[in-house]
Amino acid sequence: MPQIRVVNVSKRYGSLTVLEHVSLNVEDGEYVSIIGPSGCGKTTLLRCVAGIIDPTEGEIYVDDKSLVGVPPEKRNIGYMFQEIALFPHMNARENAGYGPRVRGLSRRRVRTMAGEALEMVKMSERSEDYPNELSGGARQKVALARAVGSAPSVLLLDEPLGSLDASVRLSLRMELRRLAKELGLTAIHVTHDQEEAMSISDRIVIMRAGRVVEVGKPQNLYLDPRQIFTANFLGEANFMRARLMATGENGAILDVGGEELNIESRTVPRDSVVAIRPQFIRITKRQVEGSGWRGKIAEKTFLGDVVRFQVNLENGFKITAQMPPTAQDVDADVGDEVSANFQRDKLLTFPCPTEGLEKELSAW
Amino acid sequence: MPSIRLISVTKRFKDNVALDRASLNVRSGEYVCVLGPTGSGKTTLLRVIAGLTQPDSGQLLIDGKSVDEMGPEDRGTAYVPQQYALFPHLTVLQNVAFSPLAKGYKKAEAFEIARKVLQTVKLAHREGAFPSELSGGMQQRVTLARGIASGARLLLLDEPLGALDARLRMELRTELRRIAKDLSLTAIHVTHDQKEAMSIADTIVVLKDGNIQQTGSPFHLYQDPASIFVSSFVGGSNFLPGVVVGIEGTNSLVELRDGIRIRVHQRSHRRGEPVILSVRQELTILRNHADEKENAIPGEIRGTSFVGDAIEYDVELDNRETVKCKVPSYYVSEGSLPFQTGERVFVTIDPHDCNLYSEPPLGLAKELEAF
Repeated sequence: MPQIRVVNVSKRYGSLTVLEHVSLNVEDGEYVSIIGPSGCGKTTLLRCVAGIIDPTEGEIYVDDKSLVGVPPEKRNIGYMFQEIALFPHMNARENAGYGPRVRGLSRRRVRTMAGEALEMVKMSERSEDYPNELSGGARQKVALARAVGSAPSVLLLDEPLGSLDASVRLSLRMELRRLAKELGLTAIHVTHDQEEAMSISDRIVIMRAGRVVEVGKPQNLYLDPRQIFTANFLGEANFMRARLMATGENGAILDVGGEELNIESRTVPRDSVVAIRPQFIRITKRQVEGSGWRGKIAEKTFLGDVVRFQVNLENGFKITAQMPPTAQDVDADVGDEVSANFQRDKLLTFPCPTEGLEKELSAW
Repeated sequence: MPSIRLISVTKRFKDNVALDRASLNVRSGEYVCVLGPTGSGKTTLLRVIAGLTQPDSGQLLIDGKSVDEMGPEDRGTAYVPQQYALFPHLTVLQNVAFSPLAKGYKKAEAFEIARKVLQTVKLAHREGAFPSELSGGMQQRVTLARGIASGARLLLLDEPLGALDARLRMELRTELRRIAKDLSLTAIHVTHDQKEAMSIADTIVVLKDGNIQQTGSPFHLYQDPASIFVSSFVGGSNFLPGVVVGIEGTNSLVELRDGIRIRVHQRSHRRGEPVILSVRQELTILRNHADEKENAIPGEIRGTSFVGDAIEYDVELDNRETVKCKVPSYYVSEGSLPFQTGERVFVTIDPHDCNLYSEPPLGLAKELEAF
């Protein structure tokens, strides 16, 4: 079973640096997603592992064997692209058997492997259909069958669901994970969809401008990110400049826009940034003294599973809060005077970026 | 601020009916999202309004006037496609000024118009940049600015955010609405992303197989979906087949598989009729204990998936049906999730949160796999 190791890989095109000293370990059988804004180098990194692009420097190992100089077809890697790239003149079974066929396996063996691959993606009934007879989702399943049809040990997926409808994407993404796990494949999945990455990955790699920003389990990256960029890119958050006032037994007190905020952490720099995700804020209509920050609802949007509020706080900050439709006081409306209460264990603190918070948040 | 009226518009491509007697009223200044899966006819609908596709039958009125005599250029529409198509050799300002120039405005006037529009889309500071120097989101804003600078009062947006990052899409979608509202434009925005539609539309039009399934406000569509399709496509729902076994006042008593009985605040079907009970995933509530009075079904958590603002639990009920429950991550405490895979739970449903539908003629599975 393969373990992938990317060691200090850089890729330059002339003066343009696309990857800058990227290192990454993917464990045997692990499902890892890479996310980041367009142009962050995530696809380039995937292509380096696939052997389609040669890194300018650095090493890539699969099971401690260096891949440098090994042509793509000898890497035992299944690769699936965003654009559905099935051969139009071949039916689903022939497409699925393409890998084994070019490797020169017997016709019978090719047929068996293609049949098995189609069964895995639940497309056996459509094996005689040509690509133009299949829906987008069905075509993508055949493409997946083709990627796993050559019995690889590593599966590389580049925006495999990117060209599909939101609703189809939802149902297919769990299929991808299930299949990779069933076959014991080590998978690297590049996506621009944060929710997709969180729902299917064992770990997520966050990239920005050719570098790895942070790596971790979805839940940890979301609830306890180390970087402002992660907090902002994976989900969303309200960010506020803060100043440390005092540290005590049970945490610290911050000055945020002239108001005090108690936090659990005690290791906060003097100039810091405090962040809270919209769904960890509760709006209440009652204004009990000392409970939450006072403000006025400026905007309210109904999204179905959640209701979003823009609140102009009296301390000058404008924040977004998000509550489920079942929450108390969800009927508060535009113009209402409210209090905003933060969940204390969900507050995040970061050192204030040297180039300023604004710049850090607008960086992509 | 034009209003639009479609009366029974049909468009066929060979054997394929792209639009089937579609009727629609769009008020002046309204922001309308047309929502549907690939192949549902939403782009055809947009192209018919733009004058890029001729309908086979039916009528289209813009501001009460039939468009029969109007070419695409006379309709006052700006068509913004998914892939930004800017002139690469022109600067942002020149791209936006292109249409006013072509209309015969003097250079200084055209640039003034362009600068004003660029301010609206918050790109005034990049007027000298070339498209290749801009991010995808910025390029899409320039494309929009170019459409607006043409003097169009009606924006036709065809998956305008489809090519962008999820995170960027979220930011830009509210911008789109703000710009349309600030300039009092009427907008028709085609998308397959229900979250996008829910967040910015005054009115959502749901299309399937060329048929308009339902038209209404986001709240209305969420609260009272007209069909199983709308219920599953706009927000996620659980569907459980059952039979009406009793009527009590304004409630129906529905028996699910294995004799489990659920009280539903709706009287729409007769006793003995097979029905599909639907309930939103976020209103399918998980509990450790159940109260006798509640609609409570015991089950076991089979899968846990953390998606950021929520945790999605796959639950196998004791009657072997499966449901998905969405629990806000607000209930994560000190880093640990409220429920774990393998845990025994009760799934509870408020009678007011259920909808009943007649059993689809080809069965539930067929109805749900249709997209």
